[in-house]
Amino acid sequence: MRAALQLSEAGLKTAVLSKVFPTRSHTVAAQGGVSASLGNSEEDHWTWHMYDTVKGSDWLGDQDAIEFMCREAPKVVTELEHYGMPFDRNADGTIYQRPFGGHMSNFGEKPVRRACAAADRTGHAMLHALYQRNVRANTHFFVEWMALDLIRDADGNVQGVIAMEMETSEIVVFQAKATLFATGGAGRIYASSTNAFINTGDGLGMAARAGIPLEDMEFWQFHPTGVAGAGVLITEGVRGEGGILRNSAGERFMERYAPNAKDLASRDVVSRAMVTEINEGRGCGPNKDHVLLDITHLDPDVIMSKLPGIREISIKFAGVDPIKAPIPVVPTCHYQMGGIPTNYHGEVVVDGKPVHGFYAAGECACASVHGANRLGTNSLLDLLVFGKSSANSMIDFIKQQPLELPQLATADVERSVARVERLNKQTNGVAVNDARTAMQRTMQAHCGVFRFKDMLAEGVEKILEVEKMVQKTEISDKSSVFNMARIEALELENLIEVAKATMISANARTESRGAHVRDDAPDTPETPNGRDDANWLKHTLWSREGNRLEYKPVNLQPLTVDTIALKTRSY
Amino acid sequence: MTAYDPIELKRIRWRSRRGLLELDLVLERFFAQRFDALSPAEIDAYKRILDLPDTDFLDVVNGKADLDDPEEAAIIEILRSV
Repeated sequence: MRAALQLSEAGLKTAVLSKVFPTRSHTVAAQGGVSASLGNSEEDHWTWHMYDTVKGSDWLGDQDAIEFMCREAPKVVTELEHYGMPFDRNADGTIYQRPFGGHMSNFGEKPVRRACAAADRTGHAMLHALYQRNVRANTHFFVEWMALDLIRDADGNVQGVIAMEMETSEIVVFQAKATLFATGGAGRIYASSTNAFINTGDGLGMAARAGIPLEDMEFWQFHPTGVAGAGVLITEGVRGEGGILRNSAGERFMERYAPNAKDLASRDVVSRAMVTEINEGRGCGPNKDHVLLDITHLDPDVIMSKLPGIREISIKFAGVDPIKAPIPVVPTCHYQMGGIPTNYHGEVVVDGKPVHGFYAAGECACASVHGANRLGTNSLLDLLVFGKSSANSMIDFIKQQPLELPQLATADVERSVARVERLNKQTNGVAVNDARTAMQRTMQAHCGVFRFKDMLAEGVEKILEVEKMVQKTEISDKSSVFNMARIEALELENLIEVAKATMISANARTESRGAHVRDDAPDTPETPNGRDDANWLKHTLWSREGNRLEYKPVNLQPLTVDTIALKTRSY
Repeated sequence: MTAYDPIELKRIRWRSRRGLLELDLVLERFFAQRFDALSPAEIDAYKRILDLPDTDFLDVVNGKADLDDPEEAAIIEILRSV
């Protein structure tokens, strides 16, 4: 919507296609805020923000894109304020800023207040401010339309998308001089995910099918304690109040992994221990796929007063009253760092060159500013900065194009229609739910928060088997009007591309870096924490055709300042 | 049984896909367990609730806020119970 606004205000005819009403996209779930070194509460500088982002990325982020984002941050946040975003304010009327994990002053010295928020509804407020502004600028919204495939001509130039109107299942070509994907992440590839059901990586699936590689898809952010089977987060404060993690034998297993900190060990240590317990057969439940978070020993009054909401979440989503029984929990996928490869202009880049007419921004794109791990509050900033920069690139590109649209290339249109036809005609096929569950369980078990060599290798085989299931999905409802079965089958065809990219990329990257942590990556002086800069300081590029992997160097050269030199990442 | 327009029912089903996971989970159960037994008037009330922004909708489902309209409040009670 940030890009659409820029385009409409430039007088261009702009269509926004969305599966759901635009203010109900998953951005609404972003609570934390948006970072910008405004320095309203104390001294701050974009170079400090840049340092934190590079460090957070475990040096896999491209420093040109990171510099651009951090320098632009104060501008785009101020613009958003002028669009009517109801930021929390200081007494003097300036935007109030609060501290947030990983935000430091003076290159990692001490915490700094950099996050700008609208109570705990920052994403919601941002969507509404941008939507209102778009309505005023005459952006044309096509609501409840699902884009199916990208259209590329013989030279690879992008001509638009093929899309389906959900109300009628009518398939329509949207030919455009420039096309932007802002389709979000694909967290639903995992069995346990905080992502809403709509987060099915549609843009990533479309890009992969159109021959665009996906970058750094092995990097996913996880939270240690989501309710097993649901994904709703249980705050880490529960362990702070005395919550204990137990395995199927009832053992307090954190004593073995972190004898001193025990259940209060850092997020990655706890996640790793949980996964190790599950992998070694000490998981709980019929599938032995989760552990238990026990607070039954705590005084019920403490639970009610110190952990409000936890009892309700547990009863509602885990079906257990935590006063009486422990909560089933599992490390839960939250955010996708990789995506469609772009530069900081928002142009999609393949083989070092922009793909004419194709742009991407937000979680579906990889600029790369998040590298191997995202700094909190940088995701909303990513939307604003790269939404705007990609729109500016689109405006420049469109100005250079002839007034008339070129002849429509039909090969991709035919392929896309055939894909839907296959689904409609499939008999003796696989139920969509079965294929999706197989994919989600495979990803969770073989490519979760902590990864093992043999499990990954086996995971590659398994996910390719699941792909065969997805190719044979069958729907019993063949009707045309709001056919959710068809929509979910098409969404699964997008998810499986992301799942393959993730598994295959993760299997190949034999180091640990940021959110990609492997059991077999040795911690040596040359490879601290398993990070192997000599061999793996590079971006992964997975292509759908032949599941080919290629690599490209990380850009360590910022635009105007000195390189932030490689260092061991520790907090 | 309801005499509701079947096309409208399918539209309502899709519009119950939300931006927040918690709502997706609650509404999925609501459809599995309770939706088919609703009267046309109750479905109308549910449709009105669907127009709420996700954050407000979740607050109401979580009991942090209430709706004034008695028909809508009755649906919310069902959503809180599933």
